[in-house]
Amino acid sequence: MKIAVCVKQVPDSWVEKKMDGQVIDRLGVDAVLNDLDEYAIEEALRIVEANSPTGSAGSESGHEISLICMGPERATEALRKGLSMGADNAILISDPSLAGSDSLATSLVLAKVIASGNFDLVMCGTESTDARMSVIPAMLAERLGWAQLTHVHKLDIDVSKSYAQGVRSTEIGIENISADFPVVVSVPDKINVPRYPTFKGIMGSKKKPLIIKTLDEIGFAAETVGMLAPWTAVNDVIPRPPKSKGIKIVDTGNGGNELVAFLEEQRVI
Amino acid sequence: MSVVILVDEFDGKVARSTGELATFAARIGDVTAVLFDENLLPQLSEFCIDKVIVVSDANRNSPAEVAQVLSQIVKEKSPKAILVTSTITGKEIAARTAIRTNSGIITDAIDLASDLTTTQSIFGGALIVKARVQSSCAIIAIRSNSVDIDVTKSSPGIERFSGSISESLERVLSVEMAAKGNRPELTEATIVVSGGAGTKGDFGPLEEFADSLGAAVGASRAATDAGWYPHSSQVGQTGKTVRPQLYVAVGISGAIQHRAGMQTSKLIIAVNTDADAPIFDIADFGVVGDLFSVIPQATAAIKAKKP
Ligand SMILES: Cc1cc2nc3c(=O)[nH]c(=O)nc-3n(C[C@H](O)[C@H](O)[C@H](O)COP(=O)(O)OP(=O)(O)OC[C@H]3O[C@@H](n4cnc5c(N)ncnc54)[C@H](O)[C@@H]3O)c2cc1C
Ligand SMILES: Nc1ncnc2c1ncn2[C@@H]1O[C@H](COP(=O)(O)O)[C@@H](O)[C@H]1O
Repeated sequence: MKIAVCVKQVPDSWVEKKMDGQVIDRLGVDAVLNDLDEYAIEEALRIVEANSPTGSAGSESGHEISLICMGPERATEALRKGLSMGADNAILISDPSLAGSDSLATSLVLAKVIASGNFDLVMCGTESTDARMSVIPAMLAERLGWAQLTHVHKLDIDVSKSYAQGVRSTEIGIENISADFPVVVSVPDKINVPRYPTFKGIMGSKKKPLIIKTLDEIGFAAETVGMLAPWTAVNDVIPRPPKSKGIKIVDTGNGGNELVAFLEEQRVI
Repeated sequence: MSVVILVDEFDGKVARSTGELATFAARIGDVTAVLFDENLLPQLSEFCIDKVIVVSDANRNSPAEVAQVLSQIVKEKSPKAILVTSTITGKEIAARTAIRTNSGIITDAIDLASDLTTTQSIFGGALIVKARVQSSCAIIAIRSNSVDIDVTKSSPGIERFSGSISESLERVLSVEMAAKGNRPELTEATIVVSGGAGTKGDFGPLEEFADSLGAAVGASRAATDAGWYPHSSQVGQTGKTVRPQLYVAVGISGAIQHRAGMQTSKLIIAVNTDADAPIFDIADFGVVGDLFSVIPQATAAIKAKKP
């Protein structure tokens, strides 16, 4: 079985994010592997381990996990982390003309790489913590003409039957859905607990193949790059006007009543 | 010039958010609503809708199937925009429609102007972004609770969808509908009361307080992970995003991932024993105190005011 995990490098979600003009300042802050993508990598590893004669991932398992990322060259750091968790190889599509691209372009590029790779499963996080659109997995399924099992917090894979079944939770309720390979899967953080890379994993990751390709090299001729021009334009980015400092009281036996008095003052009740 | 909205429904009822989509769409042009379940037709007259396209196939509602319908409508009618509600499914429908029609897409908008400029609030409300789709049709997913609904009654004309839809590749084996309960739905409620680790698993006082206000009940991830409240009630980055008139955070520290889901609420109240909890930084009114005394007292005070 061949599994692709789409991973993105994002600004660290624990630090204050800044804008550089109209785009997120990606250089001024620490960048990390999108945390939800760690859950996708973990799930891919568990699928392989469950179906490996030795119980472990890697070449002797008979399966292969490839990381796919579109981003600047420094995104290799995020890919190394994924490799040190246990993925087998990684490909980074990096091209100056991709700077500032939107979800249509990102999905076009990722789908192109996936389509040439003979994959059975594509795993994604449910969202990237910077864009937070949650659209790439559905876009990939649409572009590839594959089934989608998105937002699944439980996933069962039957390799011999090329069959995937998942439980997803949406606004409507809890759905149990299934599909035949090839499938695009997206996973939330409830699905598992990602492992920490071991020392051996970190050392081993340095020898694993990590290739960087330009658009030309993945088969997008220079003239089609125009197709990748973003369809959305940001007109303005305004920091939220600072909130007027709130009232803070210490409860000395009347806190609940004071809370209700505030609600009345604000005409909530 | 027309704008197409996708009717959002839950449990046999048209969702409130549909009225919001109609209100936004009417700012731009004629409003055409796309409806899958014909039985809901009478409910649409409550909103400002000029025309309804009935698909008459309530079961063909997977993102892949709905996107086929919407993209055929884009091709036939060339609308200026397609508006959907920014839910998990709504965003997937928007994503697939954008691919099928090669249109730009904006999700999680909280406002839409007559010139199609959207407003989004990102990074937990720290930044306001104004953006505009450049393609001839804009695909826009709008969060619920973003606008007061225009309740101008209408008697929309009806048209039947005639295109064909190919079946999606996933099979739905079973669905367990979200428990409706007696409380309003989290993302649509005007008041949300959420509990965190500070409740130590006892949501009783908080539920009573919520009910005295007619509020929905939410939870932090610490509370849902502990199994105290269903995952579907989680508010935050990996849970639901809410924007009520009033959000009350009870025994919640205010981690950045929690704030991402509630920071744009109009009014925020926090009750926490720790005076340094980060939730107080964004609270309009904070009570440093034990929730087990503050909350029951507040509930009693509200009940005392009601006849
Ligand atoms: C990838 C990722 C995604 C995440 N997504 C989410 C998300 O969507 N939503 C979310 O909420 N979190 C999310 N988190 C978790 C988040 O980081 C916090 O761990 C979580 O929000 C903490 O929940 P809490 O505030 O209830 O618990 P705590 O941080 O433990 O806070 C409990 C608070 O209760 C107070 N308290 C204790 N006793 C009382 C009392 N008797 N009366 C009053 N106050 C009391 C304490 O002072 C404390 O401030 C995510 C984390 C990660 C890594
Ligand atoms: N530039 C990218 N490169 C690789 N994968 C991506 C990229 N952007 C998004 N993804 C994948 O799509 C998921 C959802 O992202 P988004 O739609 O941006 O919220 C992420 O968790 C990743 O798995």
